[in-house]
Amino acid sequence: MIGLVVVSHSGTLADGVAELAGQMAPDVRIVPSGGDGSGGLGTDYLAVAEAISQADTGDGVVVLFDLGSAKMVAEMAAEESAGEVLVVDAPLVEGAVAAAVAAQGDAGLPQVAAAASGAASVGAESVGSSAEPETARTPEAADGSTVDSVSAEVLLTNEVGLHARPAALVARSLTGLDARVVVRFGDQEADATSVLALMGLGAPGGGRVEVTATGPDAPEALRRVTALAARDFDE
Amino acid sequence: MGCTAERVAEALRAVARVVAEHREELVRLDREIGDGDHGENLNRGFTALVSKLDGDVPGTPGAVLKSAATTLISVVGGAAGPLYGTAFLRAATSVGDAAELDAGAVAGALRAALEGVVARGKAAVGDKTMVDALTPAVAAASSVAATGGDVAGVLAAAAEAAEQGAESTVPLVARKGRASYLGERSAGHLDPGARSTALLLRTLAGSAR
Ligand SMILES: Nc1ncnc2c1ncn2[C@@H]1O[C@H](COP(=O)(O)OP(=O)(O)OP(=O)(O)O)[C@@H](O)[C@H]1O
Ligand SMILES: [Mg+2]
Repeated sequence: MIGLVVVSHSGTLADGVAELAGQMAPDVRIVPSGGDGSGGLGTDYLAVAEAISQADTGDGVVVLFDLGSAKMVAEMAAEESAGEVLVVDAPLVEGAVAAAVAAQGDAGLPQVAAAASGAASVGAESVGSSAEPETARTPEAADGSTVDSVSAEVLLTNEVGLHARPAALVARSLTGLDARVVVRFGDQEADATSVLALMGLGAPGGGRVEVTATGPDAPEALRRVTALAARDFDE
Repeated sequence: MGCTAERVAEALRAVARVVAEHREELVRLDREIGDGDHGENLNRGFTALVSKLDGDVPGTPGAVLKSAATTLISVVGGAAGPLYGTAFLRAATSVGDAAELDAGAVAGALRAALEGVVARGKAAVGDKTMVDALTPAVAAASSVAATGGDVAGVLAAAAEAAEQGAESTVPLVARKGRASYLGERSAGHLDPGARSTALLLRTLAGSAR
C-alpha cells in the first residue's frame, strides 16, 4: 500500500492534515513532518527523510508539501530515498485527502499521485454552479438507446448524508470495478470515485440522489453503492 | 598555485565568520521581503560546519565540499539549505578527488554549483534570487580561467560580478521563493539570498589571495 508524507513548515498543520486524511484511510501510513525540528516554523531535511522511510511499506510514497522551499527539501529527500518516492505539487489538504483515499483503495503510485494533483480541479468542478447540459448522464449510442448503463434513486437515510466518511466509503467501494459511476444531486453531478466531488454535492441526510453506472461492471457498482446507502453507510 | 583541502576548509571557516558578522543584515533583508530567517539559517549552518571541520578536515577539496553540503542540507533549513546544499554537492562532484584545485577546476565547480541551484529551484535570471548573483559570477569566473587567470583571479572576478548581480535584484519583482507572494511589493529591496551569495564569493576571493 502506498504511504503518504505531509511536509509543512508548521508542525501543527502537518499533523492536522495527516489527521484529516487519515480519517478516510484507516490503513494508509500517513506520516506528518512539520516544523524546523526545534519547535519553530520551517522544514527539517532529516525529519522529512525519516518520515519517508516510515511511510514506505515497500510499495512507494507520495509526498505533499506546503510552500516552495518545502518542495525542495522533499525532492532532496526523495532523491536520497531507497524506495520509490513521488513529490506531488497539489493543494495540501484536498490533495492529501484524495491521495489517502486512493491509497486506501490499493491504487498504485502513479494513481495516488494523480489523485492528489487532480484534487484541485475535482474540487473546483464539484463546487461549480451546475453541470453542463451536454455532459449526458448516460452516454447514448447513435440510435438513441443508452449503452449498458443502470441507475437508481437513492434516499440518504443516514444523518450526515454524503459527508466525508460516507463519500469515502462510496469511492472506496468502487475500486477495482470497470464502471463509471455518477451521482447526481439537484442539478449537480459528481464522479463517485472522487470523495471530494461527492462531498462537493452537499447532499444532506434525507436528500435524494440519483446514481448512474455505465460500463461492464455497472450492475455490481450500482449494487455496492445502493447497499451502502441501505446500511446507512454503517453509521 | 593550487587550492588544497586545508585551504578550502580555511576559506569555509572565513565564510562562517563573515556570515556571523552579517547575520543581522541578512535577517533584515529577509524580513523586508520574506520571513526574516535567512541570516539565522545560514549562521546556524556554517557554525555547524565549523564544528565539524574542527573535528576533522577531509583529505581532498572535493571531500571538504561534500561534507559542507551534507551539513548545510541538514542544518540550514528554509530554501537556502537545499539550494546551498545542492550547490556544494555539485561543486564537490565537479572537482572529483583532485588533491588540489586550479583555476579551471574552481571555475568548473562554480558552474556546477549554479547548475545545481537552477535544477533545484528552477529560478532564472531576473526572478530575484541568488541565481541573479551566481549566474554572472560563473560567467566572469569562466572567462578569467579561460584567459589564464589563477584561482585568486577567478574568485575575485566571480565576487565582483556577484556583487553587481545582487545589486541588480533591487528593482526586480520576485518570481520565486517566499518573496514572490509579495508580487510588486517585493520591488525596491535587495534579495537576501543574492546578498549572501555575493558575501560568500567575496570571502572565498579574500581567502584565495
Ligand atoms: N526557487 C529558488 N531558486 C533560487 N533561489 C531561491 C529560490 N527560492 C528562494 N531562493 C533564495 O533563497 C533566499 C531565501 O532563503 P531563506 O533561507 O530565507 O529561505 P526561506 O525562503 O525563508 O525558506 P522557507 O520558506 O522554508 O522559510 C531568497 O532570498 C532567494 O535568493
Ligand atoms: Mg527566509
